Amino acid sequence: MSGGGMTVRLKVWRQGRGESRGRLVEYGVEGVSPDMSFLEMLDLLNRSPTLEGKEPVAFDNDCREGICGTCCLVINGQAHGKEKGTTVCQLHMRHFRDGETIVIEPWRAKAFPVIKDLIVDRSAFDNIILSGGFISVSTGSAIDANALPIGKKEADLSFDAAACIGCGACVAACPNASAMLFVSAKISQFAHLPQGQPERNRRAARMVSAMDGAGFGSCTNIGECEAACPKEISVKNIALMNRDFLRASFCAEA
Amino acid sequence: MILDSKTPSGPIQDSWERHRFDLKLVNPSNKRKFSIIVVGTGLAGGSAAASLAELGYNVKSFCIQDSPRRAHSIAAQGGINAAKNYPNDGDSIWRLFYDTVKGGDFRAREANIYRLAQISNHIIDQCVAQGVPFARDYGGLLANRSFGGAQVSRTFYARGQTGQQLLLGCYGALMRQVAVGRVTVVPRTEMLDLIVIGGAARGIVTRNLVDGSMEVHLADAVVLGTGGYGRVFYLSTNGMSSNVTASWRAHKRGAFFANPCYTQIHPTCIPVHGTNQSKLTLMSESLRNDGRVWVPKKAGDKRSPGEIPEGERNYYLETRYPSFGNLVPRDVASRAAKKVCDEGYGVGATGLAVYLDFDDAIRRDGEDTIRDRYGNLFQMYEKITGENPYKAPMRIYPASHYTMGGLWVDYNLMSNLPGLFVIGEANFSDHGANRLGASALMQGLADGYFVLPYTIGGYLAGAKLPAVTADHDACAEALAAAREKIDKLLSVKGNRTIDGFHKKLGLLLWNKCGMARNAVLLKEALEEIPAIRSEFWENVNVLGSGDDLNQSLEMAGRVADFLEFAETLVEDALARDESCGGHFREEHQTADNEAQRDDENFSHVAAWEFNGVGKKPTEHREPLEFKYVKLTQRSYK
Ligand SMILES: Cc1cc2nc3c(=O)[nH]c(=O)nc-3n(C[C@H](O)[C@H](O)[C@H](O)COP(=O)(O)OP(=O)(O)OC[C@H]3O[C@@H](n4cnc5c(N)ncnc54)[C@H](O)[C@@H]3O)c2cc1C
Ligand code: FES
Repeated sequence: MSGGGMTVRLKVWRQGRGESRGRLVEYGVEGVSPDMSFLEMLDLLNRSPTLEGKEPVAFDNDCREGICGTCCLVINGQAHGKEKGTTVCQLHMRHFRDGETIVIEPWRAKAFPVIKDLIVDRSAFDNIILSGGFISVSTGSAIDANALPIGKKEADLSFDAAACIGCGACVAACPNASAMLFVSAKISQFAHLPQGQPERNRRAARMVSAMDGAGFGSCTNIGECEAACPKEISVKNIALMNRDFLRASFCAEA
Repeated sequence: MILDSKTPSGPIQDSWERHRFDLKLVNPSNKRKFSIIVVGTGLAGGSAAASLAELGYNVKSFCIQDSPRRAHSIAAQGGINAAKNYPNDGDSIWRLFYDTVKGGDFRAREANIYRLAQISNHIIDQCVAQGVPFARDYGGLLANRSFGGAQVSRTFYARGQTGQQLLLGCYGALMRQVAVGRVTVVPRTEMLDLIVIGGAARGIVTRNLVDGSMEVHLADAVVLGTGGYGRVFYLSTNGMSSNVTASWRAHKRGAFFANPCYTQIHPTCIPVHGTNQSKLTLMSESLRNDGRVWVPKKAGDKRSPGEIPEGERNYYLETRYPSFGNLVPRDVASRAAKKVCDEGYGVGATGLAVYLDFDDAIRRDGEDTIRDRYGNLFQMYEKITGENPYKAPMRIYPASHYTMGGLWVDYNLMSNLPGLFVIGEANFSDHGANRLGASALMQGLADGYFVLPYTIGGYLAGAKLPAVTADHDACAEALAAAREKIDKLLSVKGNRTIDGFHKKLGLLLWNKCGMARNAVLLKEALEEIPAIRSEFWENVNVLGSGDDLNQSLEMAGRVADFLEFAETLVEDALARDESCGGHFREEHQTADNEAQRDDENFSHVAAWEFNGVGKKPTEHREPLEFKYVKLTQRSYK
């Protein structure tokens, strides 16, 4: 509840639109309840007089339930903070101590330029998907859904990969700013399904090339991506993608 | 004015097929000469934009989020209905149709619902073909679960993330069309006005949310798939950017707003914990398949749930509704929860919560099975509350979730303004006065994939649309009006927060026009809303500038619209002097406190025409006829 509660000290990245550099600015927030989400704590900052009429801190968010992938903050050096399998909108203040100093920064990657304060441009992800991250089936041309049985195990593996919310934490966490986990999750979702087979090679070839073109770094098997992923997507998908990509490069059809 | 729904006559089973035959077609090679604006990239807007582009139209697709994939449809958890009858438990198109008419408390159009039930099966086929990983059983076939208001298992699901998976399928289809140049996606952009030329919708005014620039976009038709207005209550399960702005501004340009008082309060949400809370989180209704709802038999019992013996628990849904039990429709479950809490039986710190208990299910099926079914929901509950629902029952309470009301549309999904089509949650829809669980995803995708692409062709083939350019007076006027509104918001420079006004409005509506309404409360609300609105315009504080990324300014514009719209919502609630579905007027209830309809006087859609801010809108009616389903007092006993 408000009143009383904890006080936290924030160091927040502020960067104006069009500015090439930003800086950390310090704020104190009082009356923080342990039941508040991290973003509600930022709401409190944005409404509080500490801002003294200056512009509120801009940060992206929408669903606030860990599914839309909009929120994207690096907290004390970790994408989405230190709780495992959690987006920052689902991170609660009960995980912080009274009086703690918290550093809040945007995703940092060449392919995700900062727009303002904590907001970055992730359109590179959309560009990768449009290069081939789908099954080409136009409306109306589908066969009966049960005409194509899919073993529960394969369906579950496909789902595990499909759970990706496209937030970009994998990129933010990777020292090379690689997007391999994101791309491989999409490739793997379809690779596990019979519907995904006809375009499998082509998809891998195109998506990997779009990824490289967007300025993401390469993968050196560090595994920070999996550790930061709020949906705990496995790096095994990367191995699958590499195999598919290799096969695609031998295939003329690609 | 009596509104013409353009519903085809003749037997309901063939009406959609006949209607499609009667619709004029656009020659394939002419389709590319038409341009269509689709606002919204949720299941409705996304599926429409993709399907229209596949047909060959030029599509421009707009959304507020940074990517079309993040529309709030992504948050839908529980599932999507279809009449496949794979479980062989007696389902059929007819039964889905019947359940939906009855679930909506007989306040929707029969022909639309029948079409919806027919299309439902194609949706599942389409989504599976796109690679949506629905749950399957060990034989490799699709699995189903039950949802409230139905006695068959017709809900297809993808763990607790059905909306996400459906939306990603739809987003893939959309991006495929972007790749071939048929769709241009314009993200981080908000529609601020509708441009009407010669009586037809011809374009929109937008604001680029990154740099604040305002633009006019013109087209041959405009489609709104902009979602629901549940955030008018401030706290809701909707996304932070969910709004009424697009619909409201179209309404101000002449589109009628139908049944705004039909709002759905979802029974199973995580209860409110404090005054700084920004939203409420839904716990999918599917949990009521295995969870049992109860409160202590003794009012004010402060013991922990585990200490309350079986005999001292009141499983009130099971006792009151023996045949549907915990699976009664949402409006019934929500009101029942409110009732026990109002009577002092509520649990938790605030007393505004009831238990949803999985103890029996875990004992019966094992923790692993329950984890398989609801794992991510249990995890979400634990993250938010810090409590483990495998060990202690969840605490839940109703919250604003969905809005059945919306812009009025005919059978073709076109509003009373020619060329303005409205789909998904934004239209007044097929759910009558109460939507059944797992039916919104079905309706959004039916509208976007399978209905609109045909009906819009019928309009375009027949319409004589003069060429227009952005220097038309109507464009200049709309652009100037949108600019002026923004300047005005920035110039108030008062000392109260935007949020403060939104909260005040939300609480007022929740208390006076929420789960239970009556004429006295509604009249009070009608007095109070204009006062909040004028204070807003005198005292709101919007920081920052209009030429920049400015989230406060965005929010201020949306709250300003909620403050205008709220009055129409309350007017409608007052005018509808009966109870039906989610609209519960305390003056009209049966002996056992169920909603009492007045079919003689209120078997109609109320569609409101805008007359000016703060002025009473004019009511138009579309009579509802029931030829196939007999009107009865809904009973789930
Ligand atoms: C938490 C939750 C769980 C749910 N679970 C289920 C379920 O299990 N089954 C079910 O059937 N239904 C469920 N529903 C309901 C269902 O998800 C929604 O009704 C449905 O997804 C709405 O889809 P839509 O396409 O109409 O709108 P949305 O998905 O809300 O999309 C709206 C789009 O419009 C855009 N937009 C809005 N305003 C503007 C503007 N002014 N300018 C530009 N763009 C704008 C947004 O950016 C967005 O792209 C759930 C709803 C919620 C909130
Ligand atoms: S705001 Fe949607 S995932 Fe965080």
